[in-house]
Amino acid sequence: MTDYGDQRVSWQSCVILGIVQRTPTIKSFFLRLSRTFVHIAGQHVDVKLTAPDGYSAMRSYSIASAANASSIIEIAIELLPDGEVSSFFHDVAAVGDEIELRGPLGGHFLWPEPAADAVLLIGAGSGLVPLMAMIRQRHALAQTVPTALLLSARTAKDVLFSEELHSIESSDPAFLMALAITRERPARGSDYGRRVDGAMVQETLARLDRMPAHVFVCGSNGFVNIATDAVLLAGLDASNVRTERYGG
Amino acid sequence: MVTRGFTGRGSGSNQADRVPPGQHLEAGFPVLSAGPTPLVDTADWKFTVKIGPKPAKVWNWSQFNALPKTKVTRDIHCVTSWSKLDTVWEGVLIEDILADAGLERPTDFVLAHCYDGYSTNVPLADLLSGKAMVALSYAGKPLPRDHGGPARLLVPHLYFWKSAKWVNALQFTTRDEAGFWELRGYHIYGDPWREQRYKND
Repeated sequence: MTDYGDQRVSWQSCVILGIVQRTPTIKSFFLRLSRTFVHIAGQHVDVKLTAPDGYSAMRSYSIASAANASSIIEIAIELLPDGEVSSFFHDVAAVGDEIELRGPLGGHFLWPEPAADAVLLIGAGSGLVPLMAMIRQRHALAQTVPTALLLSARTAKDVLFSEELHSIESSDPAFLMALAITRERPARGSDYGRRVDGAMVQETLARLDRMPAHVFVCGSNGFVNIATDAVLLAGLDASNVRTERYGG
Repeated sequence: MVTRGFTGRGSGSNQADRVPPGQHLEAGFPVLSAGPTPLVDTADWKFTVKIGPKPAKVWNWSQFNALPKTKVTRDIHCVTSWSKLDTVWEGVLIEDILADAGLERPTDFVLAHCYDGYSTNVPLADLLSGKAMVALSYAGKPLPRDHGGPARLLVPHLYFWKSAKWVNALQFTTRDEAGFWELRGYHIYGDPWREQRYKND
């Protein structure tokens, strides 16, 4: 649990330093903070947009970058149909723009430090973002805790951070990854060409070779329910399973 | 600070006075929770009112359903920034639960407990006078599991994390004891009209 002390998490202005198209529907935004903070992998920021008439819209976005002392954080935003804020970021926001945000926020969906016991990460689509912060943090700190990622995406092109994930997987024997590609045949024999299900979770646990002490699941509510039911069926305790669901 | 190029959907609607600052209207009903969705069978369901550690009264499902029921239509506001107007609930008002237990105001604070280990704190004054209930139905149907079924706390004038899903106990406490999210950086009270999202807001 994070000690929040008595400090208020206040709004600050940040500048968009870079925008990268990651998948057909997801862009990364690199933001330079005016007041640096060090987050814990899994935390999010709240972003606030304000119109000239004073109307403002607020949304929460998970931080994709690993915790470090840099003043630059990365968030990855999926373009949603009718998304008031996501469409602004995808269609209007430009390098050099100032954005208001506050953080880091969230005290539950957090990479365990010290990372001592095996971890299972399950995500779908942009639900990878907080899990990616965890994978990056583990990698940056050269942690060797056995970690498995089961990641669902529509097609290979929709796999966020694909190149980086494959590179970490090939260089780190304690990190394994299985993709569940739902709308095309997967390229690798070790990946799956269907939605996440109980058998897939069982096989991923078998590859991990030990029961994980921590399970993190992030995605739509329907996806999270299917994945967590599979995890519980595999014999894991509900108290070890933390979830984050997209909502509104 | 005005954001360059952002106009937003604007307040546009005539409902603007019902949407707290920083919130936007949501037609659907998003589901958020911190862990797996528990499966609670009404055959095993129990609801307890406790004073400190001591149970004052326990109801099973049929006993609880025999308590007087009240139907309310309320606007709800989630801290993740969506609001939903005119949601229809039916359940047992907290004052009717306390009356059945023969209790008035044992203490000024309540900690709600749930089947999944979740908890949240609410001052007693915010649970009385028709402000709150243990809801058993939503939109005329038994409360779905995803939304906290078979029973959830409903405290619609506070951010919706206070409306604890899968509730199974109300515990009177002498002090305002922080619950699950309140211990993890969220506001101790959570008034959406004052934007009390996080600690010290």
